[in-house]
Amino acid sequence: MISEIRKEILSNIEKEMIINRLTKGEREDGRGLFDFRNINIIPAPVEKAEGSAFVNLGKTKVLVGIKVSPASPFPDTPNEGIFVINTEFSPVASPLFELGPPSEYAIEVARIVDRIIRSSEMIKLEELAIIPGELVWMINIDVYAIDDNGNLIDASLIGALAALYVGYLPRVEIIDADRKKIEIIKEEKRPIPLKDMPVSFTFAKIKDILLLDPTRVEENIMDARLTLAINNNGEICSVQKGEGGGFKLEDILLAKDIALKKANDIRKIVNDQLVKKPRGEEAWNEIRGLSYGSNKKS
Amino acid sequence: MMVVLMKNNLILFDEKGRRSDGRRWNELRPVNMVVGVLERADGSAIVETGRTKVLAAVYGPKEMYPKHLAMPDRAILRVAYRMASFSVEERKKPHPSRREIELSKVIKEALEPAIILEDFPRTVIDVYILVLQADGGTRVASINAASLALADAGIPMRGLVTAIAVGRLGNQIIVDLNDLEDKYGDADMPIAYIPATGEITLFQMDGTMPPAMFDKCLEVAIETLNKIHEFQKEALKSKYIITKKKMN
Repeated sequence: MISEIRKEILSNIEKEMIINRLTKGEREDGRGLFDFRNINIIPAPVEKAEGSAFVNLGKTKVLVGIKVSPASPFPDTPNEGIFVINTEFSPVASPLFELGPPSEYAIEVARIVDRIIRSSEMIKLEELAIIPGELVWMINIDVYAIDDNGNLIDASLIGALAALYVGYLPRVEIIDADRKKIEIIKEEKRPIPLKDMPVSFTFAKIKDILLLDPTRVEENIMDARLTLAINNNGEICSVQKGEGGGFKLEDILLAKDIALKKANDIRKIVNDQLVKKPRGEEAWNEIRGLSYGSNKKS
Repeated sequence: MMVVLMKNNLILFDEKGRRSDGRRWNELRPVNMVVGVLERADGSAIVETGRTKVLAAVYGPKEMYPKHLAMPDRAILRVAYRMASFSVEERKKPHPSRREIELSKVIKEALEPAIILEDFPRTVIDVYILVLQADGGTRVASINAASLALADAGIPMRGLVTAIAVGRLGNQIIVDLNDLEDKYGDADMPIAYIPATGEITLFQMDGTMPPAMFDKCLEVAIETLNKIHEFQKEALKSKYIITKKKMN
């Protein structure tokens, strides 16, 4: 069993060069230490899904899809819907990923995204009951990594948010409540009831340098990782520290200040892209176009 | 005189010779193929036939682990065909189904004859296929994508592998079956073919087929495959045309 995220081994000279440049505030892709990469969201490309989004965070790509189905509620929350987040980090996205059951890393990412959505109470679970106490909607959110060029955590959250925002629930006709008999009318849709949009910020610590939104190369040499999520009210709604190294108190406070300062900007970027972008078959034109843009290093 | 074919209140073939999605019997759905779509993989391609969307990634030739599985005289080809959970109507659980395992095997065997495996003893070539949306014909789209991704990875091949499904609605032959035609049609026959060597490397059928139609189906399939082979070659070339444009 792999205990942490698998990393590629960089030569000492390459590692030193990157660290030297970072101490001068320079990153391999020309960003400042606390700049986020470009976010490009293509909403709802998958017509078979009840919600979907293709997300580019720089060169990192994820495809998130939502399937909804009627299910029995949990006994302790009989009137609330259920949502489950699952990550599939298959070798399509990276030579370091393997086939088989999700790795510890993939499960950690799914749990972080789950916790952010749960803590921010983004999904109005109480509006997901079909027959209260008997039948509720279950929302399955599946995150597929397509190309891993670093920071799958933030990319996965953005993908999940976007898929939820463009997602829908079909109308349900209750035929016999006692026998849990219902009819699902796919043609009549209503949006998934949502009330918040949390955003997350993942930082990496390399030697004594703190930086935001690490690329794959930066992830390879990072000592520690910190994710902070911010909800609509400007509260911190989830935290996860990762990897073997540690953070100083001042690093954490600095990261928190940066996250709070940038939360509204990122939320606006996500919101803006959700309203204006093409959907369905048209979305694939854009996905195809992006593919061309990212042709090998040539 | 065309016969209207109806199953479960669905018109599969109308009196004007149109199929459920408006196509003629031998008409293909819109095909899109793009090569080199992934940064991390050694080779990659996305192939779309209508609403069916398939992504393929290739790694290798690389060292084989565990070592005792390596062959002293050739490379080993491994293929994994997987469907995204949201690619179908009912959510598909992520762990591989028996269907996915069988398809991985037949796709591997469809690709193997095209690759010059003897050039890379003791190594392995991995092909990962992810179906992003399924609307009939995912195994043939997978073969088309995988063969492009192998070429994109620079792996020496005898030729590209090209695939299509043909089938039967009553006494009507149809080409490139969509999901409805696959479910309610009378026969579905996916075929893969290497135009460069003339070999058929995947051949399956379910349903029933009178012998005379069987012959005709194969004939129609080969005709269509030659067409798709041209699309594949174009997709491969256009990657380099774009690269050249960028350099100038």
